[in-house]
Amino acid sequence: MHQEDIVIVTLKVNGVERPLAVEPRRLLCDALREDLGLTGTNLGCEQGVCGSCTVLVDGESVRSCLMFAVQAGGCEITTVEGLASGETLHPLQAAFWEKQALQCGFCTPGFLMAGVELLRRNPEPDEAGVRAALAGNTCRCTGYEHIVDAVLAAADGAARERTFAEEPEVDVAAEVVAREGR
Amino acid sequence: MSQTTPTTPTRVGPGPTTWTPGKVGESDRRPDGVPKVTGEFEYSSDMRLDGMLWGATLRSPHPHAEIRQIDTSEAEDLPGVYAVLTHEDVPGRKVYGMEIPDQPVLAWEKVRYQGEPVAIVAADHPETARRALEKVHVEYGVLDPITDAEKAVQEDAPKLHLSGNVLRRIRILHGEGVGAAAKADVVVRGEYEVGMQDQAFLGPESGLAVPDGLGGVDLYISTQWLHIDQDQVAESLGMDPDQVRLTLSGVGGAFGGREDLSMQIHACMLALETERPVKMAYNREESFFGHVHRHPAKLRYEHGATRDGNLVYVKARLVFDGGAYASSSNAVCLNAATFACGPYEVPNAEIESHMLYTNNPPCGAMRGFGAVQACFAHEAQMDKLADELGLDPLDLRIKNALKPGDRFPFGQEVPPPAPVREILERVKVMPLPEEQEVMGRDLRGLPGGVSNVTHGEGVKRGVGYAVGFKNIGFSAGFDDYSTARVRLTVEDGEPLVEVHTAAAEVGQGLLMLQAQIARTELGVEKVSILPADTRVGSAGSTSASRQSYVTGAAVKLACEGVRERLFERAREELGEPPDGLSVEAGNVVRDGRTVVPLAELLDGDELEETCEYHHRETHPLDENGQGDVHLQYAFAAHRAVVEVDVELGLVRVVEIATAQDVGKIINPQALEGQIEGGIAQGLGLALMEEIQVKEGKVLNASFTDYLIPTILDMPTVKMEVLELADPEAPYGLKGVGEPPTIASTPAIVAALRDATGLELTRIPVRPEQLAGVSDGPPLPDEPTPGGAGYAEVGRLDGRRET
Ligand code: FES
Ligand code: FES
Repeated sequence: MHQEDIVIVTLKVNGVERPLAVEPRRLLCDALREDLGLTGTNLGCEQGVCGSCTVLVDGESVRSCLMFAVQAGGCEITTVEGLASGETLHPLQAAFWEKQALQCGFCTPGFLMAGVELLRRNPEPDEAGVRAALAGNTCRCTGYEHIVDAVLAAADGAARERTFAEEPEVDVAAEVVAREGR
Repeated sequence: MSQTTPTTPTRVGPGPTTWTPGKVGESDRRPDGVPKVTGEFEYSSDMRLDGMLWGATLRSPHPHAEIRQIDTSEAEDLPGVYAVLTHEDVPGRKVYGMEIPDQPVLAWEKVRYQGEPVAIVAADHPETARRALEKVHVEYGVLDPITDAEKAVQEDAPKLHLSGNVLRRIRILHGEGVGAAAKADVVVRGEYEVGMQDQAFLGPESGLAVPDGLGGVDLYISTQWLHIDQDQVAESLGMDPDQVRLTLSGVGGAFGGREDLSMQIHACMLALETERPVKMAYNREESFFGHVHRHPAKLRYEHGATRDGNLVYVKARLVFDGGAYASSSNAVCLNAATFACGPYEVPNAEIESHMLYTNNPPCGAMRGFGAVQACFAHEAQMDKLADELGLDPLDLRIKNALKPGDRFPFGQEVPPPAPVREILERVKVMPLPEEQEVMGRDLRGLPGGVSNVTHGEGVKRGVGYAVGFKNIGFSAGFDDYSTARVRLTVEDGEPLVEVHTAAAEVGQGLLMLQAQIARTELGVEKVSILPADTRVGSAGSTSASRQSYVTGAAVKLACEGVRERLFERAREELGEPPDGLSVEAGNVVRDGRTVVPLAELLDGDELEETCEYHHRETHPLDENGQGDVHLQYAFAAHRAVVEVDVELGLVRVVEIATAQDVGKIINPQALEGQIEGGIAQGLGLALMEEIQVKEGKVLNASFTDYLIPTILDMPTVKMEVLELADPEAPYGLKGVGEPPTIASTPAIVAALRDATGLELTRIPVRPEQLAGVSDGPPLPDEPTPGGAGYAEVGRLDGRRET
């Protein structure tokens, strides 16, 4: 790798400016996962097929495995880590949890990002609309029914907002220890 | 190459998960739900550690070849490369395998399938590791591959293993066998074929091996069975099992595909060699080569019945392509043989089940294994028979349905409950979805959706039924058990139960189940589930739909042990007669009145029990294929409604209706997820999923070319769940994971036949078959460059050198 190949690019990720020194060929997904440590964006195929790497770039859903980091320079990027505000889950996150719209959860970040985009465009989708909007994301575990339920519930506002501190309690502290211990 | 660093970084593993779970029978919000929706959850592919190296695997481009020479020197000289290892570097047993250790850790002398690991490297960057693979020079002497299981048995076929090419043969003779043929008024025959399906779990294989600085190693891995991994890794490293400690890391789905080892031994070898942590992560393409698949099968059947529709005999010959190595083929062969006749009372039968070695990709466990292939064929036969007899296909099934007290063709008495008739009657009366006018419909509602270029002129509707069953738990004399450690303590004045097992949560909701049992049995509000690892005894595999039963029973047993000791205390310290005590909401209770709060009774002590639960003994088959071979049977019936565009060969599955007996619902929402997800995989096998193999080479090792059902392919599922308790099982439950995958496939194909009038004897059914332009599966002539997986096999990103 030659020094002249390196490009300085600034991504605004989940509201924070993150300057990065990357090769032009660095994929956005790798920049997020490897350079910024945001591993919530998952890679199921690295070919643009499964949708598990979906993030929002200036509000539009994008497969981060099909975009170079340099192409996202100056853009606002939202990853799954940026959906909750503080301890409060985004209504769609809460609905996925409540409706058990996930099993292994590997597809979940991608579905959430595609779902957020859908609800912004169409706050009251019907079932066919939900299915059409999520057709680019694959889930191998759930059979999709609970995912449809969750998106419709979030659209209804039926999913109550929940915070981490409320029950069921998740040992966030232990997770932080695990993370920092690495 | 001795660029080792002096200190070994240590890794803090995952922590306990603590929450207030639901009780047995209630839906619960997954405790891993929050980290999974926030992106905090750590999958095995997310792990990283300072100073870690990246491992990569060189795989054989040939399905069958001699290895003449391996030259690693150029790779070793590459800056940034820390180790290049071959079979010579395997410190212990050079082969591995769950049942039959016949698979080389790294190939020597010969490679037997395309994608077989030949060398491994560790480097400071994943790209350096990939470059190094290109610098490993392997001289192959290419051999003709055996790619047809039927040819593998021929006398002149080259022997792929010292034991020959027959992995297993089972023959079941029941009643008079085909000797009863004379009593049949009607005979139907058929030949069926099942393609090779992939588990296609969404999170590819990955793991992190960390040397402990004392000669041992810690492995963080996504797997289905920690202890069988531990045993195999230790054997091949030439170590005691306690020097190889495994911890489950976040699993992105499994479905059988993580039951065999992938990079477990490789990562540990590299970590020990370099004295650095080594991470290995496959990409999607490598994942297709990195795990076993569902066995392709050819099934030949003959059914005889009386004029009024009573089955007289079944003759079946099942031939499975096991691929290059044994994996769990033995058990698949057994399941297929024992489930060959379906859940019907069959007075006479002759079944042969053959499992053969070939140079195709190794096949092993996938959801419903063995039963899935057989069910496709026996259900097609039942429809054929009904047609021949002029009977309703559902009525024919109901007439011949197995019931408790009957004998399976392998001699075992059918244990109660066996509600075959009931579940069939349930799907029979479930209302059919209304027929919608096709013309003028929203395009999205046509078969093929917006890609349908017609107005729906060629759309025909069809309805099909099928019923299937599956053994739950390990069979045929295997000592199948699970271990649970349960500890009752007081934390912040509140009683807390800590549960520790090695059982792998792969997404199915096992954390919830264990906690629900603990809460129910010990009457506490708070439960903490410790991470699964090998510090506690084996839990057995997360497969065969067995964890709810076997690990569920172990947790229950350990909780009961703790509860007994609590009551004992109450008797000793408070003089309470032990009979009639129970625990509820953190108190010891009698007749609804609190006797003493748990916290007070414990008085700062802890009560701990470690229990193993071994299920009832089973037995192998004898030479006539007879024996009490399976533990528990779970049944599900499906009805599929489809619309087929017979001009375009496109399909829309309108609805799946199912009835399944689960014994006891432990968690309604998780159960729905299992049923719906299982049906989706059955739908995939019926309509689209196949690893295409030509001359031993995989043609479609990518999600672009290997299709799995999307949200548009999957219809709504209508379900009826029966709770008929199994008196032997904890809470009466039955395993639920596999049955949905079994009969959903044949139900869909039956519906396609109903719509088109075609025979459709091979799955997955292709559009060209439905449009009537082809009978079989045409394969492309040459692997297409770019996604085909030969030259680039083993590189992490699947990109070609330019
Ligand atoms: S990883 Fe990007 S679409 Fe699959
Ligand atoms: S929950 Fe596993 S892939 Fe969707």
